[in-house]
Amino acid sequence: MSHRADEGGAGVSAPEALLSVQNLQKHFPVTKGLLKRQVGAVRAVDGVSFDVRKGETLGLVGESGCGKSTTGRLVTRLMEPTGGKIFFEGHDITHMSQSKIRPLRRDIQMIFQDPYSSLNPRHTVGAIVGAPFRIQGVQTEQGTKKAVQELLELVGLNPEHYNRYPHEFSGGQRQRIGIARTLALKPKMIIADEPVSALDVSIQAQVVNLLEDLQNELGLTYVIVAHDLSVIRHISDRVAVMYLGKIVELADRKGLYESPMHPYTNALMSAVPIPDPARRKDRERIRLQGDVPSPLNPPPACRFHTRCWKAQAICKTEEPPLAELAPGHQVACHFPENADKVTAPAAAKIAQNVEDALHPKKPVA
Amino acid sequence: MTTGSASPAPSSFLELRDLRIHFPTEDGLVKSVDGLSFKLDRGKTLGIVGESGSGKSVTSLGILGLHKGGRAKISGEIWLDGEELVGASPDHVRTLRGKKMAMIFQDPLSSMHPFYTVGAQIVEAYRIHHDVSKAVARKHAIDMLGRVGIPQPDKRVDSYPHEFSGGMRQRAMIAMALSCDPELLIADEPTTALDVTVQAQILDLMLDLQREFNSALIVITHDLGVVAELSDDILVMYGGKCIEYGSADDIFYRPEHPYTWGLLGSMPRLDREPTERLLPIKGTPPSLINVPSGCAFNPRCPYRDRTGGKATTEVPQLLETEGGHLVRCHMPREERRAIWENEIKPMMEGQ
Repeated sequence: MSHRADEGGAGVSAPEALLSVQNLQKHFPVTKGLLKRQVGAVRAVDGVSFDVRKGETLGLVGESGCGKSTTGRLVTRLMEPTGGKIFFEGHDITHMSQSKIRPLRRDIQMIFQDPYSSLNPRHTVGAIVGAPFRIQGVQTEQGTKKAVQELLELVGLNPEHYNRYPHEFSGGQRQRIGIARTLALKPKMIIADEPVSALDVSIQAQVVNLLEDLQNELGLTYVIVAHDLSVIRHISDRVAVMYLGKIVELADRKGLYESPMHPYTNALMSAVPIPDPARRKDRERIRLQGDVPSPLNPPPACRFHTRCWKAQAICKTEEPPLAELAPGHQVACHFPENADKVTAPAAAKIAQNVEDALHPKKPVA
Repeated sequence: MTTGSASPAPSSFLELRDLRIHFPTEDGLVKSVDGLSFKLDRGKTLGIVGESGSGKSVTSLGILGLHKGGRAKISGEIWLDGEELVGASPDHVRTLRGKKMAMIFQDPLSSMHPFYTVGAQIVEAYRIHHDVSKAVARKHAIDMLGRVGIPQPDKRVDSYPHEFSGGMRQRAMIAMALSCDPELLIADEPTTALDVTVQAQILDLMLDLQREFNSALIVITHDLGVVAELSDDILVMYGGKCIEYGSADDIFYRPEHPYTWGLLGSMPRLDREPTERLLPIKGTPPSLINVPSGCAFNPRCPYRDRTGGKATTEVPQLLETEGGHLVRCHMPREERRAIWENEIKPMMEGQ
């Protein structure tokens, strides 16, 4: 949570961007029959663009199936993107071969959700945390053991537990082991996929604080993927809200949480239970109908229109672009909420779009 | 069980008296529930909060009698509508399950049979308690599915659990639990596996249904937000014991146990300005085989030095501080209140 000074200004091609993602897509083919004929595709990620600046934390938030985890895995190149571009420090890494990507793995590391399945039960903690050194052939000054013990100490574990196995640790401690492993090679960027959702409440807070401390100490850049809006608000500088494979709103933390513009963001926030018994009576909750539609066959145009209470005819025919409606606040909606925050030129443009869609200009003969 | 038949039946709909559920294992005795007492009336909701291993789920299974016949050693009393259940035969408790009391489990995918249609599973439960034909039971199942908001219930009744989305499965689960109009409904982490928008729907649904049936509801969760939305009373569990009990207002506005403070401080909140740092509880929840001596919370408690040396030697009593608000702590009441008002509360409200 350092470098908060440069909040705002979410231009797509900001020069200091460490990671830049442009129109990223990932379609999983759906096959049928003996010949594996492709009959369709799950559009898990369908045109996502964002930048991550050095030293900041970007939160990706959304419900299950919105493509947030897939986005995280595409960025770390654990999956091959179907389309779009990924730039890391200005280099195109979209389709880099495995042998070329390996040196890059030092710079981009990942923290996984489930601390029970992401650590090899047959390896000692020393072997797990030391693995990056071995794989990358990195020589450490005083030997791997010393380096591993320093890492364990850094994440708040006892360095003497070097020879223990993962099952001897609790969930929170295992997550710390996972974090120590990602830190081994001093990465520049860490993608964390639901880093605290498998942990108990009191342990969640410990890990969140640890992530923040490490960022301040080591100057890390984070992309945090999570479904918990309150954790995301606590930890992020900027937040992207995803729905069915697309970003519907991207803004700095303050802008997003204080004046959310996309109806979906509003619905998400009003759905979060508030730990305050006095508030339950006078609260007006936006009740969304039904479930998230299948990404196999997403609704046309604006994907949220099937559940949106503001949807009109244009939402079913014209896809709203992700446009900067207020400084540093990108929204993909024809009828944004908190309209008073929308800048005048942006408002005029939205109105023009709606107008064009309702009354298409006759072609000039 | 020794005193079970002697004491008189209570006036409350559900009352637990000194319930203990212990499991003998190779490593030692696991005291999952160790002396739990509470009361619950019809139409009221009790929230049980705690971390994993605090004994909250074992409690609920114990009330339903699902530990009977296993290796568990159960003692104490469970009074449900004037009937004592700990001493009752497993067969008798079985007849109560479904009609008198029912449970909504956390993970609907693993608690429904993948081989039978959703409708068949609801029909089965209904026909055990009602002497009706399959056709009538099926109609009832369709009716229930419609009530919990499943679209096209007449078609979906023939679907298999895997054909439902997570939210729909949880609804089907609720429909199944409610199919015989149970008077006591226990929901164990009913929304943990769900997305927030679906969670909001399910919470609303449970409130509506409770109002309609006037049933007693126990909600077990680790999410303080869910508890605040639903509960009249809240019970905080730690290491198999109740460490604080009170009305929702007591727990959220006047908590007196350091563990409850820790839970409240650990949780980032959307309704307040973000604090710079969360205030976690140090350490990890205790293993129930090896519960710390004295106060189970003492190794994690920042105020253990203020107990006059009793923290590790003496188990604190669960004592009333005011108006039914019970706290299990060695610190004197005035000191607890002073710490909450002067230290904890200002810190949580973001300076």
